[in-house]
Amino acid sequence: MGTILFELALIFYFAATVVSIIELFKDKKIISQLMLSLVAVGFVLHTSNIIYRYVAAGHIPITNFHESTSFFSWSIVLIFFILQFRYRVTILCSFVMPVVFVLMFSSSMLPQEIKPLSPVLRSYWLTIHTVVAFLGNAAFALAFGVGTMYLVQEHYVKSKHIGGIFGRLPSLQTLDALNYKLITLGFPLLTLAIITGSLWAESAWGSYWRWDPREVWSLTTWFIYAIILHARLVAGWRGKRAAILSIVGFLIILAAFFGIKVLRKGLHVFL
Amino acid sequence: MKIFVIGLNHNTADVEVREKVAFNGSRLEEGLKRFRELPEVEEAVILSTCNRVELYANVKDSVKASESIKTFLSEFHNINRALLDKALYTREDVNAVRHIFRVASSLDSMVVGEPQILGQLKEAFEIALEKKATGILLNKLMKKAISVAKRVRRDTRIAENAVSISFAAVELAKKIFTDLSEKVFMLLGAGEMAELAARHLMSNGVKEVIVANRSYERACDLAKEFNGKPVKLDNFLQEMVHSDIVICSTGAPHYILLKDQMQKVMKDRKQRPVFLIDISVPRNIDPKINDLDNVYLYNIDDLQGIVDANMFERKKEAERAEKIIEEEIGPFLKWLSSLDSVPTIVALREKAEEIKREEIEKLMNRFPDLDEKQRKAIEYMASAIINKLIHPATIALKEDPEDRDLMIAIIKKLYGIDEEEKEDT
Repeated sequence: MGTILFELALIFYFAATVVSIIELFKDKKIISQLMLSLVAVGFVLHTSNIIYRYVAAGHIPITNFHESTSFFSWSIVLIFFILQFRYRVTILCSFVMPVVFVLMFSSSMLPQEIKPLSPVLRSYWLTIHTVVAFLGNAAFALAFGVGTMYLVQEHYVKSKHIGGIFGRLPSLQTLDALNYKLITLGFPLLTLAIITGSLWAESAWGSYWRWDPREVWSLTTWFIYAIILHARLVAGWRGKRAAILSIVGFLIILAAFFGIKVLRKGLHVFL
Repeated sequence: MKIFVIGLNHNTADVEVREKVAFNGSRLEEGLKRFRELPEVEEAVILSTCNRVELYANVKDSVKASESIKTFLSEFHNINRALLDKALYTREDVNAVRHIFRVASSLDSMVVGEPQILGQLKEAFEIALEKKATGILLNKLMKKAISVAKRVRRDTRIAENAVSISFAAVELAKKIFTDLSEKVFMLLGAGEMAELAARHLMSNGVKEVIVANRSYERACDLAKEFNGKPVKLDNFLQEMVHSDIVICSTGAPHYILLKDQMQKVMKDRKQRPVFLIDISVPRNIDPKINDLDNVYLYNIDDLQGIVDANMFERKKEAERAEKIIEEEIGPFLKWLSSLDSVPTIVALREKAEEIKREEIEKLMNRFPDLDEKQRKAIEYMASAIINKLIHPATIALKEDPEDRDLMIAIIKKLYGIDEEEKEDT
């Protein structure tokens, strides 16, 4: 049942991704609506899958790599819908759905069985730490999408050859403001994730910080986003530079997320 | 019954002629009334804009109508007839329909795709409706023209891109800034083109206007006009720190803004983006400034390039629009020609009703004792018989547009309907 829901969500996300790419080239209201509907149905199925696993396992289903990748993409779609509701930047979907699909597809390749959770991890920290961490990362994922849109639009304006999707992308100022908002949303969440993580580590293993690879990567990304914010506030690093940094930041997050799994080392092996 | 167009536009008449022939304000109602009262004209609409004056009519004889409308125009506007004849064009039937569809869809406009014409046509039609100058034919034609224009706008991108330099500048400004009404705008120098662009930008609403000019007096004058703040040209660099959009046209023979100066300005404004429009020739702003982050510099050629690209785009879209119009003409003509058979259908039905009335009367006289129920039944039967008899003929008249004239002639002959009767109905 859970697997079926997951597979269906994956299919809908796939369809939405294909439509979102078509949507870039064909500016038709009906295509945008189809795209949003596909994402919405996918999201409902995906949410059901997560609830199902929650009930089946008795704790938040972010305890293996399949689940965490899945939850990561779920968070991205969630924040996309919140943004869509507030700012109506439908075209952002075309820049974010490919990321969501890649994450979901990777998730589908991983073992999906629900295993009993090791006693070390049984803690309310599990829910707080993981949810906060993934929501933060999802905000950065959207900042990545918005940053890409910024670079595309910047290119149009700078090169003076307007055309393509120039007319449909929001203004540079809007994109820059959105990028900043997303980073100011993601940064405190990431900070909170690191704090709760170390508190949890202390209660589970007796020490706050052990320099395990994921901790190191988290700290690295924390510093990158701290630099982005600092540079903007102090040196006026906005616009293009902020966009590039937010793209680099998210690529590092992705590299860390998958890279550490490949290395299979450290305390976070379960993720 | 014939759709007839007579008019002139920016291609056939200079502005001197157009302004003489224009129906301005109250003259329009007066003109419409006189136009409608011409004996050759059955229905009338007048479209009068700065680029065209067109009279739409339903006429019986286009040659006579053309002559009488031309005389009317010449008298009404007190304009030389020969001058008028040279500028006027006429269209009738399918060409008139196509012409009106093209005008409504802005394919015949000076700037193809400009959106005002549809509103102007709607207004012209509304005034004609109000003055009861139109009838079944022009009502349908005007409504159809408006719906065709809407379809063209919906299905093509004909009106999407800016095709004038000042429009292009505003379009770009809107893609750099979220909300122009919170932006500070500086006019640097005061060339004619700069002023035009400035006016256009300001009609979109900006927060504050600064005018810098070599002649401080001129700056003050312009600032007054734009409700802005005048500054001396020497101080413009300080003002640039809080100006978001700058239109520059000073007439200076060299660059007045260099890259390192701009770099400093950008630092002072904390890299907040700035849109520079240099429409002076020779250029006043060092083109290298465009390499700076968050600075977007456009010169006159850049803007012209966008306008040209958009024009090209519009031409392609215009071709699609022409196809849509051709598609829409067919069904309209079909409706139009079905009107030809309406008088015959009416006459046929009247003839049948007459026969029915006579026969029932005869019957009633012969059998005066019939009760109400029996009378009703007989009348009902008589109606059923005539309906069934004339139904195939009516259908034949309504359908089959190719043989319609023949069909009309046959049916008239068969049922003994004569011309006079048709004309009267």
